[in-house]
Amino acid sequence: MSSEIRYIDEPHPVTGVTNAKLGLWLFIASEVMLFGALFSSYVMLRSTAPVMPEHGTILTNPLAWPRGASILSVPLALINTIILISSSVTMVLSWASLAKNDFAGFRKNMGWTIALSFGFLFVKAIEYGLKFEHHMYPSKCTFLALYFTLTGLHGLHIIGGIVVNAYLMYPGSAMWKTEPRRFMGRVECAGLYWHFVDLVWIFLFPVLYLL
Amino acid sequence: MAGSSMTPAEVDHHVAVYLRVFAALLVLTVFTVVVGEFHLPVITAVVVALVIASFKGSLVAYFFMHLKWEKMIIFATLALTVCFFLFLLFIPYLTSGTTPTVIYGS
Repeated sequence: MSSEIRYIDEPHPVTGVTNAKLGLWLFIASEVMLFGALFSSYVMLRSTAPVMPEHGTILTNPLAWPRGASILSVPLALINTIILISSSVTMVLSWASLAKNDFAGFRKNMGWTIALSFGFLFVKAIEYGLKFEHHMYPSKCTFLALYFTLTGLHGLHIIGGIVVNAYLMYPGSAMWKTEPRRFMGRVECAGLYWHFVDLVWIFLFPVLYLL
Repeated sequence: MAGSSMTPAEVDHHVAVYLRVFAALLVLTVFTVVVGEFHLPVITAVVVALVIASFKGSLVAYFFMHLKWEKMIIFATLALTVCFFLFLLFIPYLTSGTTPTVIYGS
């Protein structure tokens, strides 16, 4: 009996999708539960937190919930939102380039995706730096603890995406010459993951910065 | 086509859709920030922000993640996930009045 995983680059006759894609969607489902648990914590902590006094700060009232915009940088978060949405577009365009048999276009768009990902991390590092400069650490208040946990976990997902995309752009792209359908499937799966990371940020942005 | 069963015209159509979705996401992002400047009451602000975020998320999932062209098994997987996610999200409300206020009040 062969130990090879079948239906990686062709749809399974029962499900109608490749095993690779179904597996990736199941992974995304588990990720939804991971971030869902943290969002649930956010709802619980926020809905039970005392109201911030009119001239109160997180330093004097660590349990009270501040308005995100009062201590976080909305312009930096807005820039990061635009960067991440742009990277989602370049990611899907890299897949579309392969669909048109345009390998150079794939590399160009994937290169932009990776560059934008580093841009996101750079802006995030500036933001963290500003917080630390003002002694705003996770231990200071409930809001900052959640802020650093959620954005830190999201940042780790960005780093994971960069590693996968960089692999597909260079060493992994050798597969395009031998098994183009399978390689395209891999790029599509990497894209699904990347769009999910973008999707999480779409919710983090208003929840943490604007409310 | 080396790896795809789509014709170049179909791919071009997809790309045009992606670019329109991109424009819509940018507009909605700016709209989210503008609404945040109105300092609405907390409940209203949360509802408005989550409605816009859900719409943006749907655009990403429907077009960029190809759900528009996806098979039923993927939708079934996601439907099950959404059920569990909503349950998880509402656990705080289902158990309200049990512990958190006591912790903060003590």
